[in-house]
Amino acid sequence: MPDLKLSAVTKRFDGVTALEELTLTVKAGERVALLGHNGAGKSTLMKIVLGLLPADAGVIDVMGAACGSRAARALCAYLPENVAFHPALSGLEQLQLFLKLRRQPPRAALGLLESVGLGEAARRRIGTYSKGMRQRLGLAQAFIGKPKLLILDEPTSGLDPVSRRDFYEILDRLAAAGAAILLSSHALTELEARTDRILILSKGRLVADDTLAGLRRRASLPTRIQIAARPGAADEVARKLTAGRHNGVMVDLVCGPEDKLARLGEIAALKDLIDDFEVIPPSLDDIYNHFSRKEASCPVS
Amino acid sequence: MSGLLGVAAAEFRIAIRNRWVTVLVVLMLLFSLVLSAAGSAPSGELGADRLSVTVASLTGLAVYLIPLMALLLSFDAIAGDRDRGTLALLLTYPLSRPGLLLGKFLAHLTVLGIALLAGYGTAAAAAFATDGTAAAGLAPLFRLFWSSLLLGATFLGIGYSASAMAKRSGTAASMAIGIWLLLIVLFDLALLSAVVADDGGTFTTAVFPWFLLGNPADAFRLFNLAASDATALAAGVAGAASAIPSLQALASLLLWPLLAFFLAFAAFRKVTP
Repeated sequence: MPDLKLSAVTKRFDGVTALEELTLTVKAGERVALLGHNGAGKSTLMKIVLGLLPADAGVIDVMGAACGSRAARALCAYLPENVAFHPALSGLEQLQLFLKLRRQPPRAALGLLESVGLGEAARRRIGTYSKGMRQRLGLAQAFIGKPKLLILDEPTSGLDPVSRRDFYEILDRLAAAGAAILLSSHALTELEARTDRILILSKGRLVADDTLAGLRRRASLPTRIQIAARPGAADEVARKLTAGRHNGVMVDLVCGPEDKLARLGEIAALKDLIDDFEVIPPSLDDIYNHFSRKEASCPVS
Repeated sequence: MSGLLGVAAAEFRIAIRNRWVTVLVVLMLLFSLVLSAAGSAPSGELGADRLSVTVASLTGLAVYLIPLMALLLSFDAIAGDRDRGTLALLLTYPLSRPGLLLGKFLAHLTVLGIALLAGYGTAAAAAFATDGTAAAGLAPLFRLFWSSLLLGATFLGIGYSASAMAKRSGTAASMAIGIWLLLIVLFDLALLSAVVADDGGTFTTAVFPWFLLGNPADAFRLFNLAASDATALAAGVAGAASAIPSLQALASLLLWPLLAFFLAFAAFRKVTP
C-alpha cells in the first residue's frame, strides 16, 4: 500500500533553514502527530507535501504520486492553520463548491455539515461564523470523498472539548478505512493520546519519532512522589527516605524511572507514619519540552 | 469541467452579493440613457439613423468604461484570495491553476455581459422609441456588444496578471488604476502629441497606425468606428487613423485576450500562497 514518504527534504527561506534533511514516513492507516514550537517548520513541511511550496532538495512521494500533481491533489485533503473562506458565501455554498472540485455530488454538503454540527448554520453566510464554526467547516471539507492522505494543520484549535472528541472519532474511522493522517499541534496535551506515532520538529530537524510510550521511556524523566505524613511524622519520614524537601505534613521526593519500584517499597515500609501518597508521572508537556529543547544538532537516525 | 463551473457559479454569487452586478448595471444604464438623450441633437444634420449615432457615442464611452469595469472586477481575483488566506486551500484541490482562473473569468465576463446588455439594450430601446429607421443601427450595435466582450476579456486578463503579481489586494488595486491610466488615457495623449509634433512625417504615416493597433482599446475603437456610418462623428485619434482596415483591428482585438491570459497564467504559476 502506498504511503507518504519524505527523504532528505530541505527547504531554505533567504538563507534561513526551515527544514533540514527531513526524512519521515506516514503509512496508510496511521495517525501521526507532528509537534513543534511556532516556526519549527510544521506548516512549511505540510505546504511542501501539498505542492504549495517547492522543496530545495529531497524526494517526496505522496501515496505513489508526485507531490503537487493532480493525482496527488485528488488523494490529499488539507486543513490549513486558521482556515478561512469567502465571507459572502454560506457554509452550504462553500461546501458545495468544494464537493464539485472533488467531483462529488453537491447534495452531500448538508450531510457533511450536519456531521460537524453546522446543520443549522448551513445557510448562514460564513462572515457571521465564529472561529470554532469556521474550523468545523474546514474539517468538513477535509473529510470530502474519503481522502487517502489528510494533512491537518492544528485541526483542534478553537474546538470545544466535545467537538474535539468528535473530531478524533472521525479521524479514527478514516484511519481504519486506510487513510494516512498527519496532523500538527503545539503541545502533546492537545493530542489526547489519540495518535499512533509522534514526530517532534525543532528548528527544521526531526528530534523525535516514536510512540507516546516510547517517548516517555526514552526521555526517562524523573517521577515525583508526594507523601502525606501523619501529624508530627513529616521530619522522620523525610529523614528515613532521605527526601528533598518537606513542609508541615508533605514530603516530596523525585526519582528516576529505574528507582521507582525500590522507592515505592521504602514508602510502603513506612506505612505507620504515612497517611497517603501520590505518584506523579512526567506530564506530556514535560516530555514534549524535553525533546523540543534537545539540541537540534542530534536528530534521530 | 464541473470544478471550473463550480468556481464560476461561486464567483458570480460573490459578485452579486458584493453589489458589483448592481453597480455596473446601474453605471451602464445611466451612461447609455445620457448618451441616447445627448445623441438626439446631431442625428438630423448627419442623416444617420438614431441608433447608429448612439453606437458611435457608446463606442467612445466603452473605450473608457469597459477596461475600468474589467479591471475593477479582476484586480482582487488572486490577491484577495491570498490576503484572506483562502488561496492555499483552493490550490490543494484537483482543479488546475488555469482552471481556477478560467472559472473566475467566466463569472466576471458574465457580469460584464449583463451590464453591457442592460446599457446597450436601453440605448437601442431609446433609439427605437423615437426613430423608425433605427433598425439600420442594429448590426453596428451587435458588433459593439461582442467586441466589447473581447475588450473586457483582455482587461480581465490584464487585471488577473496584476492580481497575481501583487503581494496584496491594495497593491493590485493601485496597479489596476495605473494600468487603466497608462493604456487608456496617457497612451492616446502621448500618441496625439507625437502626431502633432511629427506634422505629417514618417511617424504619422508608418509607425502611428501600428501603435494604435497595438493598444487593445484603440483597436476596439478603430474596429467599431471604421465600419460605422457615423465615422464622421469620431474625433481625435480614431479620426486620424481611419485608414486602418478593420480586419487588422479585429485581429488585434482577438489576439489581445489570448496574450493577456498567457500573461495571467504565467504570473499565477509563480504565486506561492
